[in-house]
Amino acid sequence: MSDVKKTRHGIRVRLEAEETALVRALMEQLIALIGDTPGDSGEGLASIGISENATKSDDPVLARLFPDAYRDDGEAAGEFRRYTEMGLRDGKREAAATVLGSLGETGSDTVLDDKQAQAWLRALNDVRLALGTRLDIGEEWYEEAARLDPRDPRTPMFAAYDWLTMLQEGLVRALW
Amino acid sequence: MSAMSTAPAPVELERPDVAEDVSSDRPWLAIVWNDPINLMSYVTYVFQTVFGYGKSKAEKLMLDVHHKGRAVVANGTREEMERDVEILHSYGLWATVKRDD
Repeated sequence: MSDVKKTRHGIRVRLEAEETALVRALMEQLIALIGDTPGDSGEGLASIGISENATKSDDPVLARLFPDAYRDDGEAAGEFRRYTEMGLRDGKREAAATVLGSLGETGSDTVLDDKQAQAWLRALNDVRLALGTRLDIGEEWYEEAARLDPRDPRTPMFAAYDWLTMLQEGLVRALW
Repeated sequence: MSAMSTAPAPVELERPDVAEDVSSDRPWLAIVWNDPINLMSYVTYVFQTVFGYGKSKAEKLMLDVHHKGRAVVANGTREEMERDVEILHSYGLWATVKRDD
């Protein structure tokens, strides 16, 4: 069981070896999923953080991670995306990389300073958003998960989501 | 969306020499929408961290989001609200900008 505690040295996260491996795999998947802003060459406006070709993704997970900032104004939503999405993608990738960088090699204690703890909080939440959106999580997901066949491929995803929820809750409580 | 006000629309004074849109002075809103994934504790924590709200105000806003489906979490200029929404997106909250009407 994971265990999160506030100590004199920072936020201590204690993970078992397989939990460390799970977090590492999920963070690597998150970084791969976020990728680069589609269609940007890294030159021109992109070099100052403006993406000329950013549009809302057809992938529901990416659409959830980078939602429209205007509901009824496509033009304003597109303009907001043009100016913010690249920075948001960088921030989310950096948070996941911070988690990877602070994880121990095998199951062991990780002590996080405030900045690292913030990165953990945001990256764990992004992974929950990704898994939850893939699983089409609703308010009654817990009952759905309980009825799931153990051989259903979604079963391990539900288990990971559930475990991440507990870890996230522990981290919030420790930071309060 | 907003059907709260029953007051008549203010009478517009004719000032043809003023070119700018007077409506640009109206405040803009940052709105957070309910979603089934973000934890209640996390949303409260984000409101405290991003806006510097006390725990009770942050909790009340979180409960508004949870029970009413959405809540106005900040108001100000359009630029300020876009900045706030960008930060809320960095935390994974589902937030939008809207002109106050």
